[in-house]
Amino acid sequence: MEITEEIVDHIAHLARLEFKGEAKNAIRQDLSRIIQFMDKLSEIDTENVEPLIFMSDEVNVLREDVAEETLTQAEALKNAPKKDSDYFRIPKVLDK
Amino acid sequence: MYHNFAEVKIALSSGKSVLDIVEDYLQNINQNKDLNAFLEVFEDSVRQQAAAVDLKIKAGNAGKLAGLVVGIKDNICFKGHKVSASSKILEGFESLYTATALQRLIDEDAVVIGRLNCDEFAMGSSNENSAFGPVLNPINRKTVPGGSSGGSAAAVAAHLCTVALGSDTGGSIRQPASFTGTFGIKPTYGRISRYGLIAYASSFDQIGAFSNSLEDNALVTEIMAGSDNFDSTASSKPVGNYFPEKEIGKKRIAYIQESFETEGINPEVKNRMLEIIDKLKSEGHVVEPVSFPYLEYMVPTYYVLTTAEASSNLSRFDGVHYGHRAANAKGVEATYKESRTEGFGPEVLRRIMAGTFVLSHGYYDAYYTKGQKVRRVLQNKTKEIFNDFDFILTPTTPSSAFELNAVSDPIQMYLQDIFTVHANLTGNPAISLPFGKTTENMPFGIQVMAKPFEEKALYDFSSYLEKITL
Repeated sequence: MEITEEIVDHIAHLARLEFKGEAKNAIRQDLSRIIQFMDKLSEIDTENVEPLIFMSDEVNVLREDVAEETLTQAEALKNAPKKDSDYFRIPKVLDK
Repeated sequence: MYHNFAEVKIALSSGKSVLDIVEDYLQNINQNKDLNAFLEVFEDSVRQQAAAVDLKIKAGNAGKLAGLVVGIKDNICFKGHKVSASSKILEGFESLYTATALQRLIDEDAVVIGRLNCDEFAMGSSNENSAFGPVLNPINRKTVPGGSSGGSAAAVAAHLCTVALGSDTGGSIRQPASFTGTFGIKPTYGRISRYGLIAYASSFDQIGAFSNSLEDNALVTEIMAGSDNFDSTASSKPVGNYFPEKEIGKKRIAYIQESFETEGINPEVKNRMLEIIDKLKSEGHVVEPVSFPYLEYMVPTYYVLTTAEASSNLSRFDGVHYGHRAANAKGVEATYKESRTEGFGPEVLRRIMAGTFVLSHGYYDAYYTKGQKVRRVLQNKTKEIFNDFDFILTPTTPSSAFELNAVSDPIQMYLQDIFTVHANLTGNPAISLPFGKTTENMPFGIQVMAKPFEEKALYDFSSYLEKITL
């Protein structure tokens, strides 16, 4: 199938990415080729085949629900690009 | 220079301390900086770790891995140390906990010497997709070490650590093992906990080991394997002893007929395979060709499913809680979009886009569900082969290492994994053995795949193959 500029914009928005100018053209071409490569799957007959979803044979691995502190607040904030003493900081959402 | 853990142990028993051994490794790392194998050497930390192990040796209570120096792929977490998945989006990030697999090695007194370069988020087959530059192959510095665990392979091949950890989603341990003449295993899916491994494609990813000897490989795999409270997909099956024994009974071995007819297969690789097949036959084993008519479908299936899983896994990098944030983004959506677009490299962007596409409304069934169905077909066919055979033998890679910048087309690069993706699609364990060399003296690997959770049989057979082919 042909990957149009509109499809690229739509998929990029879903993925929270953005492509402009030459980068958009390049990703459109790459995506077209990759999808074409993936289209090969349609040649295989999968009538009455159940999709394989879980690779692990483990079933319902259960344990007691015990409360414990695995990460302190300070640790959780440690790698934040912007923070104050208690919170992650993000850019202003509402512009007055 | 220590070639394996056995040599380290000889040094220890002749009076050297673990700290002495670490200093020897640090010196060798320093002399091989041009390889770009290490993103960071934990110089201070590793000396402290070594000193602590030396005290335990003196006290007579050191673990099984005392003296073993391990390097970790830069997607495995080690508390208090940086980890970046070779991506700018995680530059400066510090691990808050240690991966279970690594913790188990540390609990047996292995010391961690540094983090190793790789393709960004483990996406690549040449280590050229790292945000921090490519790694050179120590066997021939004009060539790539393979990928995505290229730094791990190069470090073990150049003896910059005793063993290295990597991760393998479609061949990312076995292909670089093939290119560098090292041993590299992708264990059964679920054999080793993935807790603390930065996720790429969760139903494919496995942590595994690189080494210069089978014994070292089996030892660290045995210690890392087993159930884990922090990963419910890790199997509760008992692990047992993996020590490779050379004596095995008569085995039934299949080789995939189509693998010899693959486009671009190096005739020297093919001839070496035929030699090994003849040798096994002459030793009385049953070795037969089987048809696996899906060879050309495996890499496309792999890309449908892994890109989908990657697009989901990598949605966590949002520029808010950790990682890179775009400088002047306005509002939440722009923060996400600009941070992610700036932070990820081109191959990661391609795969997130492809994965988002196959999961999007209108295409989900035709691509993603279809991919899962084909995965079932591949698994059924593989189980059918293993009903009649103990092992499947293929080349690890169609050729030996290629030169830097030699493969620029993404699809051609994806086809590097033609023989390795099989084990990740079906969950089987597979190992690359350095039992081949071209006339130009470049190594290539022979791959053995076994039934799920038969790592012990895989190591035994590998050891036997080593004995009869070398």
